Amino acid sequence: MEAVIVGVGLHPFGRFPGKSAMDMAAEAVRAALADAGVAWPQVQAGFVGSLEVANPDAIVGRLGLTGIPLRGVFNGCATAGTAVSMAARAIETGEHDLTIAIGMDKHPRGAFAADPSVAGLPGWYGQTGLFLTTHFFGMKINRYMHDHGISRETLARVAAKNFRNASGNEKAWRRTPLSEEEILGSPVLNYPLTQYMYCGPDEGAGAVVLCRADKAHQYTGRPVRVRACALRSRRLGAFEVQSPSMPVAEHAPSPTVDASRDAYEIAGIGPQDVGVAQLQDTDAGSEIIHMAENGLCQDGEQERMIADGETEIGGRLPVNTDGGLMGNGEPIGASGLRQIHELVLQLRGNAGIRQVPGSPAVGYAHLYGSPGLSAVTILST
Amino acid sequence: MTGPRQVPVAEGLFSWPSDEPRLIGAQCASCGLVGFPAGPSCVRCGSGQFVEKLLADRGTLWTFTTQNFRPPSPPYDGTDRAGSFRPYAVGYVELPGEVMVEARLTESDPARLAIGQQMRLTVIPYTVTPDGTEVVTFAFAPADTVSAAASASAAASASAAASASPVDPATQEA
Repeated sequence: MEAVIVGVGLHPFGRFPGKSAMDMAAEAVRAALADAGVAWPQVQAGFVGSLEVANPDAIVGRLGLTGIPLRGVFNGCATAGTAVSMAARAIETGEHDLTIAIGMDKHPRGAFAADPSVAGLPGWYGQTGLFLTTHFFGMKINRYMHDHGISRETLARVAAKNFRNASGNEKAWRRTPLSEEEILGSPVLNYPLTQYMYCGPDEGAGAVVLCRADKAHQYTGRPVRVRACALRSRRLGAFEVQSPSMPVAEHAPSPTVDASRDAYEIAGIGPQDVGVAQLQDTDAGSEIIHMAENGLCQDGEQERMIADGETEIGGRLPVNTDGGLMGNGEPIGASGLRQIHELVLQLRGNAGIRQVPGSPAVGYAHLYGSPGLSAVTILST
Repeated sequence: MTGPRQVPVAEGLFSWPSDEPRLIGAQCASCGLVGFPAGPSCVRCGSGQFVEKLLADRGTLWTFTTQNFRPPSPPYDGTDRAGSFRPYAVGYVELPGEVMVEARLTESDPARLAIGQQMRLTVIPYTVTPDGTEVVTFAFAPADTVSAAASASAAASASAAASASPVDPATQEA
């Protein structure tokens, strides 16, 4: 039995001093339940993810101690992809009729800091200043620009678009539009990426309520179908984050390519059918690379597409219509639920001034993160 | 040894002390894949049996970036502070037929680095312990600058390595 989304809820992303991640998540859950017209005791099972909160499943203490199985999940930046996938799967298998996916986080300011042992890496890798995910993003786009003729101006155009989209999103963090000159002129953090080409860790929460497709009419007139969920980890030979070395003679594509192909095949939907896409834009370069890795264009085609405005709201292939990670920041456990929230609004035709014209029928969500894994979710009307 | 006492950041990472240091890789005894650093298990077949392999000390720069802000500390243990931090570069160097290795680069100016250029292994101090001991790690330098630096200061290798870390652009022209 197919799973459909009947409710979405999102706590704004940003900085909320004195407010816990769990309180944000409880608000997001209540918003999703209200959107679905569901009371918490009707929820039969759930999946919840967070990096900073050790026991995110303790949220039942905020919602009602109904005794349901609420399972903790974690896959780095792709955590919410797993939460949605598992919540949909629990319906597809017939185990449950109504499930929920929840994500929350509240990160300290600045770059993520951790001991390399959390990723199975030796101590010297952190001591000598190599254990930074941002190095990977700088190095990957530097090579990509060299191989495929992408310019610095295109990086700036992507960042400017995402901040512009965020300015129309009352739940976004960075809502002040920035010019391409300001973006190019901000300090370089990791060549060729500047400060305003990066997203930052922040705070927020999201929730999605799912049910069996044949019962959706009880809750909503506009269910959104979950057509595919795929998660893939890195293969030998892929150029991946936090890798002290990699083979020279063996090459494999990013796990994004693998997850994307899986998802298109499961859904029976092709890249040409995608009407609106949410792609992991940890930095401006990532969005550009992920357009090709998700099959939405050829390598190098981004230079022209972005100059022509094709990824703007109103363009041929709108990308990160709510501002993406750059405009919203990244509370890791919740980031992918923000993507789903935006796609559901877009597919319902409820996205307000951000609404993609022409009633998009297929929404595509993509996550990528440490230690080299990717999750793709395809939704449709 | 002249100059401050030096210790490697980790044992088993590179041959040290040595006039011609080499990275210590490992070749899987089961499938033959070359990896760095050694172990604990082969990323292709999962085997835990290796043969130690000293890796080539020259290769080509596959990609690079820079680190323009002081990394979160811990885990970074450089003795610099936010005000005294000097940017460094990192890159992947392809050692032909062996493995691609991620490392710090001695040249921190991206305008002086290019994908495809020849690089050579060196060892540099990157931090100092409270008793004055320099902690050294491996890095790659543009191949032309290493030979120039080596001929200029063969007698004071420690201080030469120290000045190579935050590169003085003037010496790069030599």
